[in-house]
Amino acid sequence: MSFITGVGLTAFGRLEGSSSLDLMSRAATLAIADAGLMRAEIDGILCGYSTVAPHIMLATVFAEHFGIRPTYAHAVQVGGATGLAMTMLAHHLVEAGIVRHVLVVSGENRLTGQSRDASILALAQVGHPAYEVPLGPTIPAYYGLVASRYMHEYGVTEADLAEFAVLMRAHAMTHPGAQFHDPISVADVMESKPVALPLKLLDCCPVSDGGAAFVVSREPTSETGVRVLGCAQAHTHQHVTTAPALSELGAEIAIARAKQAAGVAISDVRYAAVYDSFTITLAMLLEDLGLAGRGEAAARVRSGHFSRDGEMPLNTHGGLLSYGHCGVGGAMAHLVETHLQMTGRAENRQVRDASIALLHGDGGVLSSHVSMFLERTR
Amino acid sequence: MSGSKQALADWTAGEQAIVYQSCTACGGRQYFRRSICCMCGAPDPVEKRASGEGTIYATSLVCRAATPETRAHVPYNIVLVDTIEGFRMMAHGDNNLAIGDKVTARFAPFAGRIVPYFEKVK
Repeated sequence: MSFITGVGLTAFGRLEGSSSLDLMSRAATLAIADAGLMRAEIDGILCGYSTVAPHIMLATVFAEHFGIRPTYAHAVQVGGATGLAMTMLAHHLVEAGIVRHVLVVSGENRLTGQSRDASILALAQVGHPAYEVPLGPTIPAYYGLVASRYMHEYGVTEADLAEFAVLMRAHAMTHPGAQFHDPISVADVMESKPVALPLKLLDCCPVSDGGAAFVVSREPTSETGVRVLGCAQAHTHQHVTTAPALSELGAEIAIARAKQAAGVAISDVRYAAVYDSFTITLAMLLEDLGLAGRGEAAARVRSGHFSRDGEMPLNTHGGLLSYGHCGVGGAMAHLVETHLQMTGRAENRQVRDASIALLHGDGGVLSSHVSMFLERTR
Repeated sequence: MSGSKQALADWTAGEQAIVYQSCTACGGRQYFRRSICCMCGAPDPVEKRASGEGTIYATSLVCRAATPETRAHVPYNIVLVDTIEGFRMMAHGDNNLAIGDKVTARFAPFAGRIVPYFEKVK
């Protein structure tokens, strides 16, 4: 068994003067304190990557910077799925008895550490260097392609997609750490600047500075435990050109395997934390995961199903779309928020019941998927 | 790995051509050049020139580009085309292309090189 024993999250947005290591350190300090542990008790470190400060040995760079001498440490790179992939690995490392307390950490000054163009350019390199990148696509264009096809096959409209941006903003408005606090409407999303149609500016997550961390341990360190029930991955392709049909994408494969590993059904889930780099990402993943019928996720947003007081509260911190996206730490914020909800510490955002949560991460262009179920134990 | 096969030049090398590979063992077709067939693992798939005919699978009109060279071209339409030879490829295309349109390729200058550019079959 493994437990998420502590979480730490910085505010996201423009954090002038903070390096990636600063942000990682800040989040790590919060997470270790939250777990009630001493720094010396951390014997494993898993970290993500920083596009601003790339390094071939980031985990040891961080360990030295932070002042820890772990028995196990390395970086993990699976794009947006990295946070949950690290959590899955930490779970298995702890279960196998290799380490007692794994610090999972990531942080990046992605907004202030480089120009927005440099950031967009760096991320576009997930495309094929010979057959895609020379065509000048951007990450929004890769997802714009997927969006056009999804809308075509399932009758989803741009106004439907806009609902997800509005919902994430409404949630972010209740979290002081979120990058955006101004309310937006469907009309605002529809009228926002075209980026890579059908995606417009407010369909896209922002570029942010921020850091997130958590500790995965063999035993709970406080009264309320948050246990990893089961998790699974699926990797079907890297480049959008070679992606399988919409009905064969990795989310459905990963969730089927995770349900089996965890021994739970979607009907058992009380809280959802789903990757939302773009509105289309969230719409598709909710439907792939079985949290909404095909083409019906937007209607469920409109009916309040995914709101804080709804049947399936979703990304109550505001998600990547409105809490912000600092790279690997972006999707880790989903897990931090889930932990706060499960342990009854989400303050004004607290939902009624978050006893079982489903988390899902996506890396590349729906290339790599990690699904995970968490359970509160007392 | 034979390494003896002469590679056919295509648009990625500045030639006005679209080239794909066909596996002599399983008959699979692939677009990204490799020394093996990604479907069955057999070595040395044969290179062939594509006709440039296909159907639009997806489109995204890029209105915000990330470099000065590409910014000069906005808006430009990124398309995924299912070719009649049976492989999918990314390219540029007319801004008004819709999913399902039958298209044919020509080549157009873009950011200092040439890229495949699809337009509707007349």
